[in-house]
Formats: sequence, structure tokens, C-alpha cells
Amino acid sequence: MTDISDRQQLSYIAAQAADARVNLELETEGMTLNIGPQHPATHGTLRIVAKLDGEQVIAADPVMGYMHRGYEKLTEVRTYPQVTTLINRIDWLGSFANEVPFILAAEQLMEVEAPPRAQSIRTILFEMSRIANVVLFLGDMAVQVGAVTPVFFAFRDREHILNQIEAVTGGRFHPNFDRIGGLKDDLPAGWISETKQVMKKMRAFCDEIETLVLGNEIFQARTRGIGVIPADIGLQYGLSGANIRASGVDWDVRRDNPCGLAYDQVDWKVWTHPDGDSFSRFWVRLQETREATKIVDQLLDTIPAGPVMAKVPRIIKVPAGEAYVETENPLGVMGYYVVSKGDLVPYRVKIRSASFNNMSISPWLLKGVYVPDIITILASLYFILGDIDR
Amino acid sequence: MSSTDTPTDTDTPETDTLETDTVREAMLEQLTGEFGDALVGSHLEPGIDLTIRVTAAAWADTAAFLKTGMGFAYFNFVSAIDWMPSPFGRDMDSQVDISIEGTEPKAAEEMTWGLAGGETRFQVLARVNDIVNHRAVTIKADVPEDSLTVPTWVGSYAGANWHEREAWEMFGINFAGHPGLRHIYLPGEFEGNPMRKDYPLLARRVKPWPGIVDVEAMPGDDEEDEIDGAEAAAGDATASADPADGGSQP
Repeated sequence: MTDISDRQQLSYIAAQAADARVNLELETEGMTLNIGPQHPATHGTLRIVAKLDGEQVIAADPVMGYMHRGYEKLTEVRTYPQVTTLINRIDWLGSFANEVPFILAAEQLMEVEAPPRAQSIRTILFEMSRIANVVLFLGDMAVQVGAVTPVFFAFRDREHILNQIEAVTGGRFHPNFDRIGGLKDDLPAGWISETKQVMKKMRAFCDEIETLVLGNEIFQARTRGIGVIPADIGLQYGLSGANIRASGVDWDVRRDNPCGLAYDQVDWKVWTHPDGDSFSRFWVRLQETREATKIVDQLLDTIPAGPVMAKVPRIIKVPAGEAYVETENPLGVMGYYVVSKGDLVPYRVKIRSASFNNMSISPWLLKGVYVPDIITILASLYFILGDIDR
Repeated sequence: MSSTDTPTDTDTPETDTLETDTVREAMLEQLTGEFGDALVGSHLEPGIDLTIRVTAAAWADTAAFLKTGMGFAYFNFVSAIDWMPSPFGRDMDSQVDISIEGTEPKAAEEMTWGLAGGETRFQVLARVNDIVNHRAVTIKADVPEDSLTVPTWVGSYAGANWHEREAWEMFGINFAGHPGLRHIYLPGEFEGNPMRKDYPLLARRVKPWPGIVDVEAMPGDDEEDEIDGAEAAAGDATASADPADGGSQP
């Protein structure tokens, strides 16, 4: 703890010294700036109370809970199949991915395994949720530095993905499609070839964003070297997903522990970036979106035949026990610690959501930055409020 | 699982459960060697997970040792569990059912604990990862009933700050040495600790539980035929979210 505040103090003092002459002339005094709860950069209702000295942040305190829905309590009065309806709404941009770790935890307790076909389709839909989710980030990040056009491209192309998800699940945002033991339904006819076309479009979108945003001088000036997270600090705060991989940590649950999903059957790569700044977080997510389209493409070719549902009882009682399963969700690692007492309902579900940990670094990260950078740093951390507040 | 509706599990896979899990056994050995009597319980599920239980006094030392001594640099989460069964009977019984239909409220069940055992009503629960060697461990500790206080983890893992604020707010567990235990989700004047089992879920108390209907037999359904339908198992049981609980959408 001490070494963190020392480091921050040093950077703060250094910046103070640089500004000393200006401050002497202008006699700045501290003020408190309220950002949010309603601000486009906050993806929901997050409020940040920032104490400023001139243009510099002395202390930032995120205030959340505006969207707290108490899902951990509500899971205790719902049967296992009903819980997926709730947890769909945690990260609402990649809903399907929320269901998977909970279902896997319940399956682990019941000692049921989904048939290979269901695992393969699960992985496909999981990666499509990732694309649908991260595509919006790629557009939105550009908005936060002042370029409005890319977000329209993002919404335009996300529609293709949502259409495909809707064709399978019937729901655009909240599919509620995953079941203990498999999936609700099989794929509709003609879906595979259509999805391949969509994946081509998504790769074209990534190229488009790359040419539009990544090489842009203003974008680079606003993100390079801004909001740097050293790897050891990121690990302490439990950062995950692209946020930690952009700090040079080569860790991806999909590769390292692909329990119940078909990632080990695919040839793919984990992208990392050594810099740890806002730019590298954007860069890693861009590469991951491309990689996801490749994973989907490969899996579409190799979906095994067979049923999509294992044999499970009609009334699902999960045997007593405890299980923790985590997966690499679009926003980072998401896990469910499920405690069962052999009932129809879970006894306790601890939801470990990615954005909660990812945001917990913000008081540390925002200390000493300048006001316009607050927005780009928050955007580059990429959180969904439902994933923080649960 | 004692119920009769267990499927004849032809599909249960040959899991890669190892008879001996050398990695986790070595972890357990190292932890036992370090903490001795302070490690009061453990549960090793070969090929799946390791859970240990330490005394409340050793709670912070465990974090420090795992981080610096064993390479568990990644902080995953801190939370808590309330092991006291709900005094409102089984969780799915609404109070209205009891008052309207006159059913007897069920007597509270005995307190039982999960993996690695337990002695007190509240347990703190945490998990850390070693992302280099792909290991993870779940740590539990009994929270003393009189003080409800355990030492904080913030000294070892700075990220525990928010998690401990949440556990303090939801369960009323104090973390000694925490830099600022204040509300994180709930408004400042909120009273009570909502995640405790004896904190009533008001939506359930004022409105009969609709979901119970979904797991009973549907009209025209053959009741004997329980193992039959994979899709029936899940398809019908997804009740619409209770409006009182407020689903949300940006």
C-alpha cells in the first residue's frame, strides 16, 4: 500500500513543480467536480467526485449503486433455471456470456456435462457476444476523444451480430438461451453460412476502425502514455480481460482453463501489449475482436453432430456443494461462486463481475491526471454499470 | 442428492478427475507447513479446486503469505457467507402464502456449513490466483460472533478495498484496519445488512411467489414423465422476471 501512495505522491509532486510557476501567477484553488451520474462516458449511472487543483485531479471517488439491483439476494429466491433471466442483465451488451459461467458452475455441482455440440455452439455464441460488446467500445472510445463517426459504424455493424444472435435465441439483448445440460434449441437452418458472412463484415469493420481511429494523430495524443497501469498494480486490484493484457500480462482464462467451452479445439492467439496505457487497451480489444471472428469461423466449420441437451431432470435440484467457475467474458473475468444445499434454489451466489474489479483501480489511476483525461481513461477501462452494480 | 428425480446419467462424462492432484496437494502441504494450527480446515477436490479455512486471526497473514510467499499475485474477490438458514422458512415460501393459506411456517433448519467446514454463522470467503502457474485457491475464515471483525486484506491486495466495503455493507462484517468502511452501493442512511439471511426480501413478503408454478407440472403434462424432456426441463421454467425486482436495460 505504501509503495503505491509513494509513487503517486512523487508523480503528483513532479507535476506540481512543473506547474508551480503557472500556479503562482494564477493562484489556483481546489474545487470539487461532479462527473455524472448521467454522462455519456459512464455507460449508465456512475458518479465521480473529483477534487481538483487547477486542471489536475487530487482525488477521485467513484460513487456507484445508482443501479444496484441486488442480484445476489434475488438469486436466493429463484430456481436455478430462473437465475439466468436475472444474470442476463448484468452486462447487458454481452448477455449470453453472463449465463455461461453460472450454468457451468451448476453443471459442475450436478456432474452433468453438455454434449459436444452444445459446447461448440455455446462457444460460438459466447464469442459473438464478445464481438457485439467490444464493437461498441471500439466506436465509443473514439467518441470520447471527439470523433463521432466511428460509433455510427459500430452500431451499424453490431446490428449484424445481434441479428444472428436473435435468429438463434429469439432475443437480441437478453437471449436466456443457456440451460443446465446444454442449450434450449439447435441452430436454425442456413445460420452457419450467414454467420460466416457476418464475420467477414466484422473483420472489415475492424479494418475500418483501424484506419479511422488507430493511426489518428489526435487519438494517439489523447491516449498514448495516459492512464498507465503497471502490471503488478493491475494484478493487486484484480484487473482482468483486455485491461490486464494491455499491461503485458499474458493471462486468458479461455486458454488457461477452458472448462466446458471449446477453445482448446481452436487455433487462436492471446494478444498482449506491454505499455499499459489507454492506447494499448484499445489496441488489445481491437485485436481480440478480430481474433474472436476467427474463433467463430473455425468453430462454425467443426460443430460436431448430436444433441444439444444432456439428460437432466425436469425439476432441477442441484446437489449440496460449492463450485466456482470463471470465464473470460467481454469485460474481463466473470465468475460465480455457487453454494448449494441441495435445494431448488441456490443458497448463496457470489457474483464476481469483471467491471467491479476493473473500476476499483480508478481512485488510484485517476490521481494526478488532468480533467480531460478522466474521460478517456474511464472509457479505455471499459465498464458496464450493470456489471459494477449487479 | 437424495431426490428420486436424479437422471440415470448415461451422459455423465468420464471427467478427467485425477486420483492424485499433485499441484494442489503441494499447495496444501506448503500452506499447512506455514500456518500449522491456524489452518483449521481444508477441502481438496482433485482436478477442480482447493478450499482452505483459516482462523480469523490468521486471515491477513494468509493473504500476505499467499501473495509474497507463494506467488498468488492476482486478487480475485473477497465476500462473505451467512450460514444461518432463513428464519422465514424455505426461501421460496412467501409470507403471504403462510397468512392466506394458513400453512405452518417451517421450523428453521439446523445450521450446516459447506466445504472445509465452519463453526460460526458468518464466514468470509476470498479467492486469489497465481496467473503464472494457473493455480487458484479459495480461502475461508470463521468470523468471531462477538466482534464480527476480521483483519483487512488491503495491506496485501489493494483491490480488496471495495470488496470489503461491500461485505461490510451487505453482511455487517468489520474489517479491522480498513482505510474507510463506508457504504458502496446503498444510500448512507440505509439500515440493516441486506445479504443476511434474516433480512427479509420485501418483494417476496408482499407478493406471492409466482415462480413455484413453473416447476410444477403444466396442464396436460404427464407428471410421471419427469426425466423425459430436456427442453421441457428448462424451457418452461424461465419465469419472467418479477417486476418488483426491476430488470433493467440501458
